[in-house]
Formats: sequence, C-alpha cells, structure tokens
Amino acid sequence: MALKDIIERCTVLHEDMDFNAAKEWKAADPDRKVIGYLPVYVPEEIIHAAGMLPLGVFGGGEQLEVIHGDAYYQSYICRIPRSTIELGVTGRLDFVDGMLFPSICDVIRNLSGMWKMIQPEKFVAYFDVPQNYADGVGGEYYTKELEHLRDGFAELTGKPITNDAINQSIALYNQRRSLVREVYQFRSEYPWKALASEVYVLMRAGLVIPVEEHIAMMKEYLAAANEEDRPLRDACRVVINGSFCEQPPLNLVKTIEMAGCYIVDDDYLLGNRWLLEDLPTDGNALEVLASAFLHHSADTAAKYCAKKEEVGQFLLESVKNNKAEGVIFAAPSFCDPALLERPMLADRMTEHNVPHISFKYAENSGQMQPIREQAGTFADTLKLWS
Amino acid sequence: MNTEVIKEASMVMQKEMITRNYDALTSTEESGRKIASTFVPGNLNELIMSFGMLNNLPEINAIQNGMRKKSGPMIMDAERQGHSEDVCTYVKADIGQMSKGNIAPNGKPMPSPDLLLLSYTGCFTFMKWFELLRHEYGCETVMLHVPYTGDGVVTDNMRDYVVKQLKEDVIPALERVSGVKFDIDRLRENLRRSAAAEDNLVWVLESGKNVRSPIDAYFGGVYYLGPIFTAFRGTQEAVDYYRVLRGEIEKRIEQNLGPITPEGDMPEEKYRLVVEGPPNWTNFREFWKMFYDEGAVVVASTYTKVGGVYDLGFRHDPDNPIETMADYCLGCYTNRNLPTRVDMLANYVEEYQADGLLTNSIKSCNSFSAGQLMMMQEVEKRTGKPAAFIETDLVDPRYFSAANVKNRLESYFQMIEQKRAQSRVA
Repeated sequence: MALKDIIERCTVLHEDMDFNAAKEWKAADPDRKVIGYLPVYVPEEIIHAAGMLPLGVFGGGEQLEVIHGDAYYQSYICRIPRSTIELGVTGRLDFVDGMLFPSICDVIRNLSGMWKMIQPEKFVAYFDVPQNYADGVGGEYYTKELEHLRDGFAELTGKPITNDAINQSIALYNQRRSLVREVYQFRSEYPWKALASEVYVLMRAGLVIPVEEHIAMMKEYLAAANEEDRPLRDACRVVINGSFCEQPPLNLVKTIEMAGCYIVDDDYLLGNRWLLEDLPTDGNALEVLASAFLHHSADTAAKYCAKKEEVGQFLLESVKNNKAEGVIFAAPSFCDPALLERPMLADRMTEHNVPHISFKYAENSGQMQPIREQAGTFADTLKLWS
Repeated sequence: MNTEVIKEASMVMQKEMITRNYDALTSTEESGRKIASTFVPGNLNELIMSFGMLNNLPEINAIQNGMRKKSGPMIMDAERQGHSEDVCTYVKADIGQMSKGNIAPNGKPMPSPDLLLLSYTGCFTFMKWFELLRHEYGCETVMLHVPYTGDGVVTDNMRDYVVKQLKEDVIPALERVSGVKFDIDRLRENLRRSAAAEDNLVWVLESGKNVRSPIDAYFGGVYYLGPIFTAFRGTQEAVDYYRVLRGEIEKRIEQNLGPITPEGDMPEEKYRLVVEGPPNWTNFREFWKMFYDEGAVVVASTYTKVGGVYDLGFRHDPDNPIETMADYCLGCYTNRNLPTRVDMLANYVEEYQADGLLTNSIKSCNSFSAGQLMMMQEVEKRTGKPAAFIETDLVDPRYFSAANVKNRLESYFQMIEQKRAQSRVA
C-alpha cells in the first residue's frame, strides 16, 4: 500500500469518534467483547488473551464537540475527562463492555468512580500500578493486581484465561513492540521521510484496531516510508515531553514540524512502547509483565522516581540517543503530573546544556499561531547558537 | 468585622501546642532531634514519634502562611521560578517558603528535614511534591505507596503491600535516620493514645447531629481536628486536648448553645449544611463570617475526614500496630472512590438532618474536586435536598472572590428557604 493510503486510513481511524473499526470487529462475532482504556498504559496482553479487543480511549481530540462533558467539571480541570464523559453520555461507548482507568493522576482516578456511577452495569476498574519497584514488594502487589484483573476478564467472558494464552499474546505484542521501536528509530534516523504527524496517526491507529492489523500496518508503513523521496529540510531535532496523557491536536504536531523542528522522539501514545524490551514468552506471564513494568518500562511524570539522580535521566537519554538539539515541554493545561515535574526536568536539561522551551495545549486547541512562533523562534535559536 | 477573637480553653490549649511544636522544630540544632517531613493524610505520626523524631507537615506550614496572609507572595515566587500557575498552591507556597529563607510560622528558620517520608495517600500531587522537595533538600527520601481503593474496598493485597513497605522500607529508613532501634511497644503505646483521642474526636464531630448543633463541623472543625491530623496524634497532649474539648461541647449542649465563632456564640441556627471540600485559608475568617452572619451552621464536613475517617468506626489498634497503620492510610477520605464518597455525603445529609450539601470546589485540589459536580447531583437525587457550589482556593488569595462566594451563598440559602416552603405546602 502506498504511504499516502496508509496515512489516510490512519487519519480516518484517528478522527473517528464513533470507533467504527472496533464496532466492526465486535460485530463479526457475537462472543466478542471490547475493553476501553485511558492513557497511559494497561497490559493489553491480558485483554487480548481473553479474546477481547483493547480499545484506547484517548479523549475526543479536536473532532468532538463537548456539550455534556463540561457540565461535569470545573473550569480548572483538563479536557480529556470532559471529552471522555462526552463520549460516554452520548452513547459512543455503549458498545464497549468494560473500561479501565489506569493510575495516572487524581482526575483520571476519580473518573473511574464517575464511570462506575454512569455505567453501573458495566465492568469498570481503576487499574493501579506500583510505585514501589522492589520485586518482593511492588512486584508481588502488582502481580496480584494483574491476577485480579485477569479473573475479572474471565468472569466477563465466561472463559478462563490461561498462562499459555497470555504468553501467546505477549509474543504477539513483542512483535508490535519491536515494530514500534523500529518506526521510532526510523523516524529518528530519517525524520524527513517519517514525518511526526504521520507517525502519530500510525501509532494512534494502533489504539483502535486489533494488534495483528496494526503489526501489518506498521510493516507496510516502514516499507512505504523508506521509499519516499522527500527533501531534507534545514530543521532542528527536538524531543517532545509532557504529552503522555491528553493528546495534542494533530495540527499542533504539524505546526511544530512546520516551524522548523523535526520531532525525533516524543511521549505521545507512550503505552505503545511502555515496555521497553521484548518479554520472555515461556514463564509465568503475569510475573513477566510485572517484572517488565518494574524494571524495563518507560518513564513519565505519572511514576515515582525513586532516586534524585534518576529524575530526567530517561529524557536525557532520549535526547542523547536521538541526537536531539533541544526539548519542547508541551503539556496539557491543568495536567498535574506533567506540570509538577516540568521544573525538575527543565533543571536537569539546563544542567546538561540542553536548550528547552515550554507551552501548554488542550486536545482541542485551535490557535496554532503562538505555538508556531514559539517553536519557530526556538528552532532559529538552536540553528544560530547551538 | 470584630477583630477581637473569642476563644475557648481548648483553642488556647491548641495554640500553645502548635507553638511548642514549631519551637521544637526550629530548635533541633540545640536538641539534636531529627525531623521527618510528611503529609497529613496517611501520616504515620505514632511511628515517627516512636523513633523520637519530629513531624513537619508542609501542608500545615502552607495553611499557617495562608492564614497569616503570607502565602500569596510565596506562590508568585514559585511561579517565577517556573512552577505552573495550574498546579497545587500548597506545593508552590512550600517552594516559595524555601526561597524566602524557609522561615517557619514562628518566625524562626525551619531546619531542613532529615527524612522525607512520602506517604502517598489519596493525592497524586504528593508524589511529585516530594520529588520537588528532594530536588531542593537532597535528603533521604522514603516512599510509602498507598493504593487507591478504586472498588470501594480495602483488599488483602492492598493491606499486605502497605504493610510490607512499612516493614521493609519505612521502618528501616526511620531507624537509619534517627539512629534509634524500632520499638514496637513504644509504637503500641502511641497507638493506644491515638485511639483514646479518636474516641473523643468522633464524639465531638457527631455532636453536630444535635438540632441545634453545638459545633460548626467545618470552620470550627478545622480547629477540632488540628491536633489529631498533625503532630499530636499519639501524644498525651492530644488525649488531654480532646477530653477538654469534649467537656466544652458537653456544656454547650447542656446550655443549648450553638457553635462558638470568632465573634462569640452563634445566636441562631437557620440552616444546617453538609460541606464537601477543603476550606479557603487566605480569607478564612471572612469566609466563615459569611456563614454565621446568615445563621448557617456546618453540621458535618468531609474535610474533617481527610486525615482519617474515624466516624465510620476505624480506630488505631495497638494490638495490630503495623496493620492498623496500613488500614488508616488506606481509609483516608480522598483515598476512597467516588461512589463511597457519595454514600458518605448522602448519609451525612440524612443523619445530621441537614438542609443540603454545599461544595467548596478548590482549584488546587483535583483529588477532592474532580468529580464533585457529579457527586452533588447524586446526593441531590438521593436525598432530595438542594446542593450548591462555590469556588475558592487553598492558599492562593487570587482565587478568593468574596463577592462571588457571598452571592452564591445567598442564592443557596434562598433555595433552601424555597425547598422548605414547598415542603410545608406539600
């Protein structure tokens, strides 16, 4: 398939706030079920092993007009819970059989309780993760939480979920992890061929289609993008940080690119590459998932950083590995974790002479001119003085 | 406004306790005592004290600075340093206090903590707050992750996880920093005193069920819970304080008196309210006056449960010292899921014969605030009593608009009157 066609398909999936692809998947077999989840990370392998479709519900973006959702929140709360409520109360998520609300911040945590009240008949769970990274403490706790989750899904589907089934799903998701890494690596090496806005919709598509389809899509993308003959522009290389939950409008990603920045790494849709390495497929699957979470997972502001010297290390390594010239801290308005962590990360970047700027956005931000000016000035500064 | 504040014996007693505590905190160079900085919800005061350490609570410092009108410039200082205007103002007041020389509310320099004990209960901000403090102080930090009770129940797995962290991380860190070996019997003694004080605190809070209520369970409530939420739970001082306080309230009931306010006894009880959310501290007295001038008494509040929900039966249990600390942390109000919070509020409205629910929505505090509008709707639906909503902030004076708050309160009281009139007609 041509690159243009792949991106077109991904864009349609990204903009479809009725989740038609997931609905079609479900309609193909009356036994099929769909589990929605919010950012940042849930162990999709367990959902997959239960024969269900994990469906990323990452807000309403710029497409969705929020009418009801605003009545549920004060003005100082970010936008993603409003648009998620909007999706719920307008019936767009009625086909979803369960929802997971991962541990990320107080707003999403409280949304789990609101959802229990909105859809009391549905499977709704707050998905907690450990902030203690010792195997015998946080690891044991998390493994038991995963067992609880697995048992909940088994009850929902009426079928037990075996260790073998989860291991098979881990193997499949290993393929996806590997391809996601390859796409990001490709973009880092050839950012003029793999535009950030295209990689974004490619990754976003993975939230709403079966993993098997996403794997095939990424393979096609890599082959097609490699064939593209696009000019190398005089742009600077930047890493985006702080966008791990509420997603920016696609226009914002494009605006940063148009302002003269190649995005060589980001934390958009981080769940796709939350686990940094391929996982063994022959052990106790839940222990394997727990261990990977504790020792080989991505870093975000939603995690506790156990050692002072490790704060910002993940970002710093990304800057180094991707040969970035600067960091753009782009966090959603009112995003507690990202905005609280930002001063520490900014200090860390300053200590290492990594230039940085920051701005805020909302998933429905429409005015891109100030961001274009800010990012453009940053790019000029990098090119002139760095 | 009358500037001479009327105080009862318990208030004077508490003021002296707080003063002594700040003096102890600011004189550790001479005394050699070690300081653990920790948070109110899920604080492990009995454990900290069992190592002879002092407990410093950044939120309480922020509150003290807020009430003394000092927090505004501190917050703006923190914002100038790069902290977002969108985040918790307790955090920024704390950071700003440091940049202003870290002067304690008693006017003396606050020593740096020897240990940051992060008991992460009911609020994600705590986690990053302590990372920010570690960024500044660089001292030893120990984390106690308390899982959120998303399904409304404390599971064995949650309890075991907290217990393990206490045994394997927190207690060894306290031993290391204090140089004192853990003594479980000393801890048991502290917990026994906690339970005694908690009994009397619950009695005081439940006295709000009297029609006419002898207490205000929100504005007065913050004084009543001061010792138990802060540095005194587990001390004999707290036991004595709550005994004296209970005696005062017993007398008020006998004499059919309403709550005491800064301007004396409240003459009339016109409206009985349940309040959800923390108070505003920068304009605390002005805020309170808007209520007592209208004859509005808060008979129950959820803020008084943020440092421990005792009225539903929990008491620190000296026979299970580690497990009881885990249960305490897991049960704090904002660690409970929203359906449970709705149950509590609806029950308060019924049991305390309230006229309705008022929510003070705090800009800084998503842990409390996210979901409050839906909670109000649910409580209204269940109780048939009107709910209303005001917006303020904890310690940022820029977010306190007296005229707005007053207008909304007046409208709310009119709504209650209308409801009453409708009930009489029916």
